[in-house]
Amino acid sequence: MTLDLVQFLIFAALLLALAWPLGQYMARVFTGEAQFLAPIENALLRLAGQGRPQPQRWQAYALSLLAFNAAGFAVLFLMLRYQNLLPLNPQGFGGLPAHLAFNTAISFVTNTNWQSYGGETTLSNLSQMLGLTTQNFVSAASGAAVAAAVARGFAAKQTRVLGNFWVDLTRTTLYILLPAALVLALVLVALGLPQTLAGSFDATTLEGAKQSIAIGPVASQIAIKQLGTNGGGFFNVNSAHPFENPNALSNLLTTISILLIPVAFCFTYGRLVGDRRQGRALFAAMAVLFLASFAAIYAAERLGNPLHAGLVDLASGNMEGKEVRFGILASTLWAAATTAASNGSVNAMLDSFTPLGGLVAMLNIQLGEVVYGGVGVGLTGMLLFVIITVFLAGLMVGRTPEYLGKKVEAREIKLAALTLLVMPIGILLFAALAIVTGQAQASVQDAGPHGLSELLYAYTSATGNNGSAFAGFTANTLWHNSFLGVSMMLGRFGYIIPILAIAGSLAAKRPAAETAGTFPTHGPLFVTLLVATILIVGALTFLPVLALGPIAEHVSILAGQSF
Amino acid sequence: MSKHAPAEMGLFSPVIIRPAILQAFRKLDPRSLARNPVIFATALVSVLATVLVIREALIGSPVFWVGLQIAIWLWFTVLFANFAEAVAEGRGKARADAFRATRSSTLAKVLVDPSDRVVYGTKDVERLEPGEVILVEAGDIVPTDGEIIEGIASVDESAITGESAPVIRESGGDRSSVTGGTRLVSDWLVVRVTARQGETFLDRMIALVEGAKRQKTPNEIALDILLAALTLVFLFVVATLPFFASWSGTTLPVIYLAALFVTLIPTTIGGLLSAIGIAGMDRLVKANVIAKSGRAVEAAGDIDVLLLDKTGTITFGNRMAHAFEPAANVSERDLAEAAFLASLSDDTPEGKSIVDLAATRFGFDAAAGSGALFVPFTAQTRMSGVDLPSGTHLRKGASDTMAKLTGGALSATVEQAVRKIASSGGTPLVVARDNDVLGVVHLKDVVKPGIRERFAELRRMGIRTVMITGDNPLTAAAIAAEAGVDDFLAEATPEAKLALIRKEQAEGRLVAMCGDGSNDAPALAQADVGVAMNSGTPAAKEAGNLIDLDSDPTKLIEIVMVGKQLLISRGALTTFSIANDVAKYFAILPALFVTAYPGLAVLDVMGLGSPQSAILSAIIFNALVIVALIPIALKGVRYAPASASTLLGRNLLVYGLGGLIVPFIGIKAIDLIVDLLHLA
Amino acid sequence: MTTYLRPALVLLGVFSLLTGAAYPLAVTGVAQAMFPSQANGSAVVRSGTVVGSSLIGQSFMSDRYFHGRPSATSAPDPKDPSKTVDSPYNAANSTGSNLGPSSAALKTAVAERVAALGGGAQPAELVTASGSGLDPDISPRGAEVQIARVAKARGLSDERLRLLVQAQTEPRLLGVLGEPRVNVLALNLALDRLAP
Repeated sequence: MTLDLVQFLIFAALLLALAWPLGQYMARVFTGEAQFLAPIENALLRLAGQGRPQPQRWQAYALSLLAFNAAGFAVLFLMLRYQNLLPLNPQGFGGLPAHLAFNTAISFVTNTNWQSYGGETTLSNLSQMLGLTTQNFVSAASGAAVAAAVARGFAAKQTRVLGNFWVDLTRTTLYILLPAALVLALVLVALGLPQTLAGSFDATTLEGAKQSIAIGPVASQIAIKQLGTNGGGFFNVNSAHPFENPNALSNLLTTISILLIPVAFCFTYGRLVGDRRQGRALFAAMAVLFLASFAAIYAAERLGNPLHAGLVDLASGNMEGKEVRFGILASTLWAAATTAASNGSVNAMLDSFTPLGGLVAMLNIQLGEVVYGGVGVGLTGMLLFVIITVFLAGLMVGRTPEYLGKKVEAREIKLAALTLLVMPIGILLFAALAIVTGQAQASVQDAGPHGLSELLYAYTSATGNNGSAFAGFTANTLWHNSFLGVSMMLGRFGYIIPILAIAGSLAAKRPAAETAGTFPTHGPLFVTLLVATILIVGALTFLPVLALGPIAEHVSILAGQSF
Repeated sequence: MSKHAPAEMGLFSPVIIRPAILQAFRKLDPRSLARNPVIFATALVSVLATVLVIREALIGSPVFWVGLQIAIWLWFTVLFANFAEAVAEGRGKARADAFRATRSSTLAKVLVDPSDRVVYGTKDVERLEPGEVILVEAGDIVPTDGEIIEGIASVDESAITGESAPVIRESGGDRSSVTGGTRLVSDWLVVRVTARQGETFLDRMIALVEGAKRQKTPNEIALDILLAALTLVFLFVVATLPFFASWSGTTLPVIYLAALFVTLIPTTIGGLLSAIGIAGMDRLVKANVIAKSGRAVEAAGDIDVLLLDKTGTITFGNRMAHAFEPAANVSERDLAEAAFLASLSDDTPEGKSIVDLAATRFGFDAAAGSGALFVPFTAQTRMSGVDLPSGTHLRKGASDTMAKLTGGALSATVEQAVRKIASSGGTPLVVARDNDVLGVVHLKDVVKPGIRERFAELRRMGIRTVMITGDNPLTAAAIAAEAGVDDFLAEATPEAKLALIRKEQAEGRLVAMCGDGSNDAPALAQADVGVAMNSGTPAAKEAGNLIDLDSDPTKLIEIVMVGKQLLISRGALTTFSIANDVAKYFAILPALFVTAYPGLAVLDVMGLGSPQSAILSAIIFNALVIVALIPIALKGVRYAPASASTLLGRNLLVYGLGGLIVPFIGIKAIDLIVDLLHLA
Repeated sequence: MTTYLRPALVLLGVFSLLTGAAYPLAVTGVAQAMFPSQANGSAVVRSGTVVGSSLIGQSFMSDRYFHGRPSATSAPDPKDPSKTVDSPYNAANSTGSNLGPSSAALKTAVAERVAALGGGAQPAELVTASGSGLDPDISPRGAEVQIARVAKARGLSDERLRLLVQAQTEPRLLGVLGEPRVNVLALNLALDRLAP
């Protein structure tokens, strides 16, 4: 226990020590101050016809993002569908069926990295590199661009422009993601991750059996999958695979890199809006939720599975689906970090977590992936809650609500309220639809309430753009691949477009001066209210169905019942 | 505060309640319900529940009895919401009826030739057109709003303002407007009609208090959207629930789902929202303020800066004698006596105040001045005084004039006194007997008592006060310091006022401004909140978006309070409403699922009697809480000036935490009663 | 339309080359030059034969060896490719059991594994499937409980094996990070060296 706490503190301290300066640096990237790669940057932009980039209004910014994502989807879809005809396919895998290619292409374009397929048994090296790794970069960069545009819009004084998407995309990739991924990938190779174009090698085990061991360009994909809050692993079991995450040090570094950019974005935001306290307040609200969810998952897994009492030494906790080298602390910290940050990677099988551990992981996503969240979009998702919280707080202090001096009025509330519908539709409606059609029953692995949890988790993960899974769920069917694909789109663009519209609307407003009557949005009171708003909205939406899934499972196994 | 005819009624006096109950049923009209999305959704669910109950009765379903009660309580929820609105409207209606009663006269005397007030024709007031000229004579009720073009009269405005003392109204200047419904006590007036019928002051007041043409305020619209979105979220939650329940083979009766849906959607705030709005306007009218739009009232709650004219607002408007500063070798009494005699025939307020001060201090007798010859102030001499029968000349005037009169420089003592008085913001008045300067009378602009406290209150609300004055900066600074304003604009011109407002606005502040004169009109129009004094000119009243019938510039404090209270009431009840849902989940979810998963009984933290009574208790609580909160909606959530953080902290504690806890207690209590009566 | 399409396609192409090709190839190049062993899968070679990867677990069934954790991996059924058969430690197809905590199948499997180990509260990792199905490690206690069986099969004393396990136990990194663990392949290799 004490050692677990020390490990956590080391993690937290290293994360903060890296995220703070990175946040400042990222702000310099988005303001254009960082210039050391200018020649490459300018060459790329000129090639794209953006030699003299014009600042865009929110509509143009959103259209650019949509065009870029649509192009990315089309290319990736074709590449997966016809990978059998393309080079760099040492294992000779066939082309993906249309629905799987659709699902996978959407998944990577929306930064979800939901994997309906098993990596090492389905995808060629070309698909993994040119297809998935590319989207791991640019989908994260798209999210970062949105955050930069939104921060500019919130801070702007009576303008209509938010910046230029192509510039933000290019600068994020060149100045932030590529250098960070290069460094991390090489460190990971040193720690044991394979990085080769070969597909596998054979060994003869001590007992004389033949063991074919899959390898490939693993490290380069893992580095960006973590940094870009993607999560799509090279192997089926993701970071539980010893080649993706061989030891305690690689685990510590990758856990940090999951949260690194999302945490840094809080500080970047503070600098971009010209009030660091605002960034710190968001950081604090997220920290409260993160610590609470980590503590809950840790406690649930540490206590173990009561059904196995007497059979298993419960002192080592619930080890089904977990790796010895990580144990409870590193597995639960990872689960909290990935579900908080919309990173779909796992280093332990969430499906085998205790009911309450799984519940908290699921709820982390259902809250809207705002606890640090995905690169860029975690911050902007949180800002949507800030808008709603500011509105409630404003009413309660008797002033027209304002945030950063901008009046929050009917238009902003309408857009923010619209996003409250994304999760209920993507999760509740689509999951219910799968039950009505019998598609859910056909896909779940476990009987009883746990089966419902598997179904819920799938649609939760897709809508939240997380990508992790209760992997017993067979998602690779025409129905689920299609609906999960729609969920992912809804969960991505259903937030991005409204927040860009809000930023566009706020940018045009005249900021009000701060007076004694202004409600401060950086103090502990606001942070408390923000956290409460997030929890209440999430809990009220999902408590009934969680009662039928994980909570019912929990009370059942307490009563000694198995299914 | 209220001076209006109908004495303040208890919140639930029968006069209001009986018609309100009737109204609650009338408001079941779908067109009226559709104005409020949350209550409209509740009504739809009630219809659905009624149909279901009928079906259950026909098939003899076991949930019929509880279902019937649920359906009834669902209808009660709608009726209670309607009732809340009706009570708020009823209170306004009582006030409106009082206003209507003043419109007894139906004929107006229309002058054919405005210069001839002997020949007039009569015309139905309803048909009066703007621009027509009418005659109003002593005893007449002024038929409509207008501007006086000739005449002076004393007018009893008590019907509008509640103030019983008649006021003087005259053509020209800043007191040239009359309001329909007021009564001439003496003399006559020739008035040009300025308002179209149906848009007069009285009409506006009636419409305002009745809430008839109530437009939703901007924040109310935003809140409506948020509540509608939450309603939709809960629609998804409840509509998908039977499918998730079917996973474990549970079938949920639709009527229970209807109950769950209605308890979850924000019916509490949805039901009280329009009552809050109507009651807010009503409070404003009670404060004798007419708002031309709800937007202005909300904007008042946001004010950062208040611009106030010094004269008549911060100070009494007249300089008054404050002290006598004698020259060397002159006694104070001598100086006072000279000043007293010099001022006896001076009718200006300054002169009178000198007489008063001297008489109070030294007991001089006015008879002493008999036979003196008064020398009035002229632009040439720039001094006034008396020539006594004894041949002595007493004069008082500004220091430079008097220095010239007495031949050269003033003595050091006098010079020093003059400088001291001037630098303190006062006006030095030098008094001389023949060629000897006796000393200086200290005239002072007297700040109204209590004004300092009012400004302190504004400051606690986060509002900065700026005093506007034509005085020189030195005088202005002294008065500003004494009155406790935060800033001042000295030597102000109308242009400077306008520029100041624009500057504050450019810096992102919302500006309120009080004014009465025609030259205030541009500034009133430019300000975000312009409070025009009812005593002011029609131009000023047209430019402002609020009109204060009491013509009391510090009324803005009340207006700000009403504006803030309006928002706070909505915010607090929204928070309360949403926080309530937590307890309702703990009541209803175990009730729904306990057969499928007996272990879920642990969620029933209240230990409710049975699943049926749990659901019934939740829906009854949900309906009754609307009624219980009607007083808060009507009176408004208590507001005391404090910093935003303090306010939020307190309201969160009361309405957020309270909203979490109260329903646990309430539902449990209702459950005990339901069990006792064997209702479920 | 072209205002959006041209930059979209051009930048997608450019970034595909940059991040999808140049980046992984550059990492591959550097990795192969600087860390060839790790970059190619950390193969373990004994007398010229690749016997496995130091990072990947392998299946041990014999009493002569320490056993690793239960593995849920499978392989295509040689008789019917549309079906799969259990194939523990199939390093070409990683997977966990993904059984939920309330799973009756899981409870039965755990109970059977516990019975096979002689009953009682066993070290959790010996009776639960790992997440990857390729977990190379067990806990020191997981090795200890197997000492008696291996010692008997090898004709060695318990004490010698206890010392061997101790020597093969990898402590927490810096005494803090991770969990103490025993790499089963390394332990068994050492065992073979001790008593071939």
